Amino acid sequence: MTAVPSGVRADDSPASRPTTGDLSAARPVLDAPGLARVVDRMAHELLEKTRGGADVVLLGIPTRGTTIAQRLAARVEAFEGLTVPTGSLDVTLYRDDLRLKSPRALEATDVPGDGVDGKLVVLVDDVLFSGRTVRAALDALADLGRPRAVQLAVLVDRGHRELPIRADYVGKNIPTALRETIHVQLREHDGVDAVLLGPAL
Amino acid sequence: MKRHLLSAADLTLEDALLVLDTAEELAQVSERTVKKLPTLRGRTVVNLFFEDSTRTKTSFELAAKRLSADVINFAAKGSSVSKGETLKDTALTLEAMGTDAVVIRHSWSGAPVNLARIIRGSVVNAGDGTHEHPTQALLDAFTMRQRLGRLEGLKVTIVGDILHSRVARSNVLLLKTLGAEVTLVAPPTLLPTGVDAWPAEVSYDLDAVLPKSDVVMMLRVQRERMGAAYFPSVREYSRRYGLDVDRAAQLQDHTVVMHPGPMVRGMEIASEVADGLRSTIVDQVTNGVSVRMAVLYLLLGGSEPAIGSSSETRMGVAAQ
Amino acid sequence: MSWVLKNVLLYGDGDPVDVVLKDGIIAQIGTDLAGDEVLEAAGCVLLPGLVDLHTHLREPGREDAETVETGTLAAALGGFTAVHAMANTDPVADTAGVVEQVWRLGQEAGHCDVVPVGAVTVGLLGEQMAELGTMADSAARVRVFSDDGKCVSDASLMRRALEYVKAFDGVIAQHAQEPRLTDGAQMNEGVNSSLLGLTGWPAVAEEAIIARDCLLAGHVGGRLHICHVSTSGSVELIRWAKGKGWDVTAEVTPHHLLLTDDCAHSYDPTFKVNPPLRTQHDIDALRAGLADGTIDCVATDHAPHALEDKETEWGAASPGMTGLETALSVVALTMVETGGLTWRQVAERMSETPARIGRLEGHGRPLAVGEPANVVVVDPAARWIVDPAQSASRSRNTPFAGHDLPARVRATFLRGVATSLSGKPA
Repeated sequence: MTAVPSGVRADDSPASRPTTGDLSAARPVLDAPGLARVVDRMAHELLEKTRGGADVVLLGIPTRGTTIAQRLAARVEAFEGLTVPTGSLDVTLYRDDLRLKSPRALEATDVPGDGVDGKLVVLVDDVLFSGRTVRAALDALADLGRPRAVQLAVLVDRGHRELPIRADYVGKNIPTALRETIHVQLREHDGVDAVLLGPAL
Repeated sequence: MKRHLLSAADLTLEDALLVLDTAEELAQVSERTVKKLPTLRGRTVVNLFFEDSTRTKTSFELAAKRLSADVINFAAKGSSVSKGETLKDTALTLEAMGTDAVVIRHSWSGAPVNLARIIRGSVVNAGDGTHEHPTQALLDAFTMRQRLGRLEGLKVTIVGDILHSRVARSNVLLLKTLGAEVTLVAPPTLLPTGVDAWPAEVSYDLDAVLPKSDVVMMLRVQRERMGAAYFPSVREYSRRYGLDVDRAAQLQDHTVVMHPGPMVRGMEIASEVADGLRSTIVDQVTNGVSVRMAVLYLLLGGSEPAIGSSSETRMGVAAQ
Repeated sequence: MSWVLKNVLLYGDGDPVDVVLKDGIIAQIGTDLAGDEVLEAAGCVLLPGLVDLHTHLREPGREDAETVETGTLAAALGGFTAVHAMANTDPVADTAGVVEQVWRLGQEAGHCDVVPVGAVTVGLLGEQMAELGTMADSAARVRVFSDDGKCVSDASLMRRALEYVKAFDGVIAQHAQEPRLTDGAQMNEGVNSSLLGLTGWPAVAEEAIIARDCLLAGHVGGRLHICHVSTSGSVELIRWAKGKGWDVTAEVTPHHLLLTDDCAHSYDPTFKVNPPLRTQHDIDALRAGLADGTIDCVATDHAPHALEDKETEWGAASPGMTGLETALSVVALTMVETGGLTWRQVAERMSETPARIGRLEGHGRPLAVGEPANVVVVDPAARWIVDPAQSASRSRNTPFAGHDLPARVRATFLRGVATSLSGKPA
């Protein structure tokens, strides 16, 4: 198994693209307070757009999407006292690039107790890039049930879409060159909160 | 390159844990309304069964289908199979049809190794003669971990016809890799010459071993063995080595009772024990599908397999 | 026409000499000799032509696996001038008619002398004694009788056979395998068989028969030869029987001197043979036994098999290995290079003694003027890599494929006529 290096959304991009970057050469785009503000804003937007968030289920795409989903849920709870069911949705088995690499270890899929039928499911991921992960997530979700509607929340949108997919909630738009790398670092995994932009390889 | 699963010895600790962890995630699929994943769409898996085994064949078939592979059941059982051309010719036929993996059950030990030498695709051993049955060992390990929460240091007792059991061989090898301690219990006639070199303890006394066991795995004992003087009578075998209600009462509270099936109720295991709360027999069947999905995914789900043996290293002697 | 072999070492000893072969005999031994044809053989060893007590030529019956023509060609390339053709053909060589047919085919092929072995029992069934005397009196002059492939397991029948052949100085060559102890047996019984799930062939199944037959031979004063001894226990028993002064001889195959049952891990049926490959402990005992003379000779048990009988599952495959072309090299590797045997002793173990056991005339004779010109020229320094595709045998089931072996047969002469030259049929 090839482990995905810290904070890099390697598998969002086709295999030909850079998947690792020299972290020391990367420059910060968001620091910890900045990242917290972005999550706060996303939580507010979520409440606004879903008219109070009553039937929302947050499903994060492992690993960091799940963590961001949990942070969003925590902020919503802090702002409104509302507990949003939160889970994770592994999309590995639905990916369209499985045959480009050795089989990957699976991440947890954990759907909250009441399921997704009739719910407003918000998919949460750290970086939106080609859109292929989200495509896989939509397929995976369809096998789990029939949500009333599906929305997408991402911490960073770096552009370069290869599919007709658009996020409903974007923490930060970061224009990038195709060969540049985005590193999302979260306390729970990396000991620090930051978003870094790495140079083109 | 790793390509096949021929023996439990092909799996490193890392491999074995990857299979078990993957199976754990895949187990969820069996609980959903849509019990299907697109992962192996367009891949062809052949179930090549030279020996009857409805349970194992169905389990592999279900596993492959839940991953969206095309499954062909190739029942090669027949009297002409005693001549080996059948295996080679069948293999070449499957190869010509563009098969990605062959799941093979055969009455001769080593037949999957022979097959792996002929075809380009992956070979999964679904039981060969009295040699091995690696996916059974994986599902047994999965079941133990599910029930008892760990494998390392677990005391596993395997009771019965060790001599003729492929389940015992694969379990001994895999459990050793996973850090469990295996004790084999059987009458001396049903233990192979050379068993002292296996990574397992050996005992003739079931009652002495039972109270110390975390897992007791009962193996099927075929009545035909009696004719070959392996033991004098069913009654005596059952009295000395059967898991009856009284013996089951000697077990620790947490101890589980396993059986790879098919069971001979009343001989090696009493019905009350087989159907009791300790019994994992039904779980083993359920887990079999998840574990086989994991094996198929890890062998076929990517550009190259993540587990298993390469035929190249295994064939070292033959290639000289 | 005459041949002169230049600068050969007789039995590998002494100073180089020239040897002239003429009119079927060794005509001259000396220096600066001349002949019509010259073989430059500096550094080569001259031995009496090798004699195999145990060859399966498969004809009649399995001409797809081997014929007398191809088998004797392989023999000539291996340095043999006489081979004993085992009786388990189809039909079985259990009558004067069949043994004479095989003998005639050998005469016609002309690559080496073919000495038919007669079956001990009708159809190798172990029930009724075959007409041993008629075969002995036939043109084939049969002296060695064997049910090889099967054991004469009936103790009473074995006793009678040992007794009966005394009338014409025959010998019973026993395939020592207790049938009930080897029901379904696939390989040596031990750690490897336990791991591979292949039914074991225990050493005791060989040793029990050898012990019994030695006692019987001692009791009736008959002549017993033990085929393909494979276990250390067997060596001990034979040593004990010889100590009693009983007329017991024994052979070992080249493959049992080199290969262990580890080979079975490949499940490649090339390594399936009967008796099976054993352990290093057995190999050590067999080598020691051959060195000290407890085991009298090397015999190939050359057992060719058609591809479809070997390209199959281990359990379904036929047991047996080819060996005529590799025998001398394997003996050089396992016995000469290790110091177990000198070339002089190789001549004894692979020519003189087997000829004596088979009561063969004209083979295994001294390298001396006036003796039959059945000789083999061996280059002890040459090394070669075994390639089954190059074999003269019709079959390819050599277990030594890819092995780098020492010693190469330069030339073989049968009654002064070259039957092989530089690894090619002459």
